Amino acid sequence: MAQTTSVSELIKQKRNKSRRMKLEKGVPVLLFLAASVSVLTTVGILLTLIVETVMFFTDVSFREFFLSTAMQPLNRSDPSFSILPLLSATLLSTGIAMLVAVPIGLTTAVYLSEYATDKARRVLKPMVEVLAGIPTIVYGFFAFTFVTPVLREIIPILDRTNILSPGIVMGIMIIPMVASLSEDALSSVPNSMREGAMAFGATKLEATIRVVIPAALSGIVASFVLGISRAIGETMIVTIASGSNKNLTFDVTQSMQTMTAYIVEVTSGDAGAGTTAYYSLYAVALTLFLFTLAMNMLAKYISKRYREVY
Amino acid sequence: MAEYIDHELVHKRLPRRIALNKTVRGLFLASTLSGLIVLAVLLFDVIRDSWGWLDWQFLTSVTSFSPEQAGIIGAISGTLWLMMIVGPLTMILGVATAVYLEEYVKEGRVRTFFETNISNLAGVPSIVFGLLGLTVFVRMLGMGSVVLAGGLTMSLLVLPIVIVASQEALRAVPSYLREASFGMGATRWQAIRTVVLPAALPNILTGMILAMSRAIGETAPLIAIGIPALLIPLPGSLFDSFTVLPVQIYYWTIDAALTAEYAYMAAATIVVLLVIMFLLNATAIFIRNKFQQRF
Repeated sequence: MAQTTSVSELIKQKRNKSRRMKLEKGVPVLLFLAASVSVLTTVGILLTLIVETVMFFTDVSFREFFLSTAMQPLNRSDPSFSILPLLSATLLSTGIAMLVAVPIGLTTAVYLSEYATDKARRVLKPMVEVLAGIPTIVYGFFAFTFVTPVLREIIPILDRTNILSPGIVMGIMIIPMVASLSEDALSSVPNSMREGAMAFGATKLEATIRVVIPAALSGIVASFVLGISRAIGETMIVTIASGSNKNLTFDVTQSMQTMTAYIVEVTSGDAGAGTTAYYSLYAVALTLFLFTLAMNMLAKYISKRYREVY
Repeated sequence: MAEYIDHELVHKRLPRRIALNKTVRGLFLASTLSGLIVLAVLLFDVIRDSWGWLDWQFLTSVTSFSPEQAGIIGAISGTLWLMMIVGPLTMILGVATAVYLEEYVKEGRVRTFFETNISNLAGVPSIVFGLLGLTVFVRMLGMGSVVLAGGLTMSLLVLPIVIVASQEALRAVPSYLREASFGMGATRWQAIRTVVLPAALPNILTGMILAMSRAIGETAPLIAIGIPALLIPLPGSLFDSFTVLPVQIYYWTIDAALTAEYAYMAAATIVVLLVIMFLLNATAIFIRNKFQQRF
């Protein structure tokens, strides 16, 4: 058979082939490097938080940070650092938010999954999810310029900045999250279970409460826990609308500062690098990080551990 | 035969049970609508406050202490600069990570490790990313609060979203397409580059745009890296100071206690921000409907 390819062409082919093989081997390495950026981010977050927190605890004792009640980081003569006022504000605002988000989110989920017609669901669901797309800064503006003044008409003793109004608005922000995760859980309950309940004569409501919700409970509870995590980490709404009062109190009509709002205040304020106030930032941030991490892991655990498989 | 069901009792209770079902149905619908009503009130409030402030002069002027002269061109250009970093960077890193996990690693501990890490990262509050940016980019690498530092911080924040969206897009590409290209003699990378990625592109782009719209609205991390409250010159390079729309809204909102007009300017800026986000989302939906292939 006659040789149809010249030698130079063969060399070219060979070279192409080896280049292709190099590419074939090199690409996964490059992709791995790209993938490790996300791991490095986690490492970076942990390292910065831990290293600077250690610096903080060389100046301030654990006892003062976790057990005393005074938070006056910028007091020149006698600064004091206690996380309790920030923690109480965070827990209060989260609690208020969940009081709003859980009932509205869950009933919305039940309505969309059990009662609404296909047509109604197709219209309502994206509209509810628009609430999740609104930037938090816009919610902050809304809480500060609209919700607080309206609430002050009803509750005259409410301060101009308070924890109640941002708590409520945060709850509204979290509704779509609770609603859409709970709805996913409810819709994954097989129809045969609803039909079984109804064949026994249950009304839709009875079937939902006695059969569908218990079957979807793990997903529903997980959605609440994720909502809590979201509320703990929420920053702009509380920064704008709840002020910067660092007193330890449980009076929701007063100004309070959450952990997140404290971080914003200190970073945008004039605590210079190397001061104790600056390091306190990282101790607070690490506490915040651990709280949200614990909530996220708890949510994952609940939805895995208690999921009913059909 | 023994009577197992007391029919009389059942019939006596039936009307009440049915009525309760109907009432609750109405209540649940009202609850669903209540969220939407708040949304409507929010939009109405913002638009009413911005009325009369949102004009050409406002869109094209630099910021100023005097409300009549102030504008948001600086914040708009800062937002665009930020997107020029976040867009390409997260696209490259996000898609590369997704390809690695979906096409190369596939299963096992390595993948579980990466995916656990990514899902945990997605749950970290944005303000913590701001502290990371402040510590590493602004202070350690000595960049200062410049466009590049903000862009890198924001890229790390939205990267998990892009990765997850890209993974889903790749997973939606049926394996027979890959197998067909292997059958034609393609190597793995050739199959990915010429067959899998093009097929996944519309869904990847949709996820990208949604991530961008998240990045545009994000405020806290940028405040943490120290963006100044009042900034006159427009950014001209990656190493210039900058501000963005949400940060401008923040400073005007908290200063509204001093000068009432600032609240209206904040509202006008919110309208601009929401319009930009609406356009981005509309584009994402358009791309999805127009180019999405069903396999």
